[in-house]
Amino acid sequence: MALDSAEVAARVAAAVPASSARAALTASRLTIEVAPASMPDVLCFLRDDPAMVCKLFVDGTAVDYEALRGTVEVIYVVRAMADPSRCIVVKAAVDAADPVMPSQVYAGANWAEREIYDMYGVHFEGHPDLRRILMYPEFEGYPLRKSYPYQKRQPLVPERDPLVNPWPRRY
Amino acid sequence: MSTEESRKNLATAADPLSEVMELQMGPSHPACHGTVKFDLRLDGENILSCGITLGYLHRGFEKMCEQGTWTQVIPYTDRLNYASPLINNFIFCEGAERLCGIEAPERTSYLRVILSEASRIADHLTCLGMGATELGAFSAGFYMNEARELFYNLFARVTGARVTVSYGRIGGLTRDVPDDFEQQIRAAISRTEEVLRDSEKMLERNRIFTDRMAGIGILTQEEALSYGLTGPLLRATGISYDVRKAAPYMVYDRMDFEVPVGTKGDNFDRFAVRFEEMKQSIRIIDQALKQMPTGPVSVNDPRFVLPDKKDVYNNIEGLMNHFKIVIEGVRVPEGEIYFAGEGANGELGFYIVSDGSGRPYRIRVRPPCWYGMAALENMVRGHMVSDLAAIFGMINMIGGECDR
Repeated sequence: MALDSAEVAARVAAAVPASSARAALTASRLTIEVAPASMPDVLCFLRDDPAMVCKLFVDGTAVDYEALRGTVEVIYVVRAMADPSRCIVVKAAVDAADPVMPSQVYAGANWAEREIYDMYGVHFEGHPDLRRILMYPEFEGYPLRKSYPYQKRQPLVPERDPLVNPWPRRY
Repeated sequence: MSTEESRKNLATAADPLSEVMELQMGPSHPACHGTVKFDLRLDGENILSCGITLGYLHRGFEKMCEQGTWTQVIPYTDRLNYASPLINNFIFCEGAERLCGIEAPERTSYLRVILSEASRIADHLTCLGMGATELGAFSAGFYMNEARELFYNLFARVTGARVTVSYGRIGGLTRDVPDDFEQQIRAAISRTEEVLRDSEKMLERNRIFTDRMAGIGILTQEEALSYGLTGPLLRATGISYDVRKAAPYMVYDRMDFEVPVGTKGDNFDRFAVRFEEMKQSIRIIDQALKQMPTGPVSVNDPRFVLPDKKDVYNNIEGLMNHFKIVIEGVRVPEGEIYFAGEGANGELGFYIVSDGSGRPYRIRVRPPCWYGMAALENMVRGHMVSDLAAIFGMINMIGGECDR
């Protein structure tokens, strides 16, 4: 299957008109930029489209461009099972001051989004369990933001009595 | 209370196993490798649900990468999957090289393939050996440790360190391998083949071991894809996805090897896939050793590669290049890339963003075992507590890679 960037962009735009999709193709990957609100529709389209079949959720991450453009770019990487030689990178830029976007349907997105929330403070609406994952609940700030100094100290957290005040958990 | 009465009380008292028990397992439980905590809800011995707490080994890898030069990222990558650090080194370097628009010399590509496959064998031996040990098969575990040790000694001879190797460089390698490298690796492989034969007999025909592995922790193909499982976990379900075949890098396209797949997606398939992969890795190493040309191991480009010490001390250009690279760092052109290779546990990806300065703007690692851990709850639900150790062992969660 040959992936053509213009064709893919047109098909994504036709399937999800609100996405205002733009696509670029390089040797190893296809990059699609979409509006944050339409990300779930775009990913569902890519997953269910018989010509792409992007069933493999590869990764979800973010890049902080707050100082440059005032945005945080949330990035999902999926692979088309029809042609796994290329990965498909779908990006959406959210406002860095108030980062909100919908959560994705892939099972793997659960933890990926928890990590993005943990590290960048992006809130995913509809996420079943949005808590910090690598940091502890009392951690202040979002460590992978460029505005977070890498040597910053965190306040001391009082010792917990796990019986009186158990760790927040969800089974 | 008479004996009669206490018997009657015992008979009418509520069965303590009839209520749900909460059990915290780890992080200091031996099967949890000190890096993960399970909050289990148990019905007797059966797991109703399993909450997972990570982050005990979080060191801020991605934040620290942004503080130094590109070359200073390489020692950090050793500490991701510390069972196969060379693979991390090489995949990061390959990704950065693609951004720089340079290609490593042919000899380097072959050496990277050979050392990656040797690391894959060492990683699988660690995973399977530890997994077998956790199920009580100590002998097989020690046999595999012996073979792993041969490869670690080989890495020590090549790189100067057993685990913290830092052997890859953007544009090449730190140095060429020793003269007797081929002889050394062939000796390690021939002993490893014996170990594999022995331990295969000990495990695959062992009724206790197979009973504890077969039918445990099943995931369907759809679930595995949606969770983002790759590597042996995905191939155990029967999907033949291997980055070395799907998107070949280095010189994997010149190698003749097969991608073993399972049929049921259970723990035994994960074990068997890893076992077969080691044999395929031996095939790849054999072919690569035969095809490997002689030549330089680093590109001849002073923008990316440190000059020889003789030039640094004897001429001004060498000294300037040396200082430029050490102080300012390699200037990776502006751009971004997602580059993935097949790590021992699955697709190891680096999402690299460069702003054109000497320091990385963003380096994201896609740790393969992270998504395995995300799927763990789904795999253990309904099984017994003792199966948790087996399933967790076959995910091969490496704390350094998962928590970063």
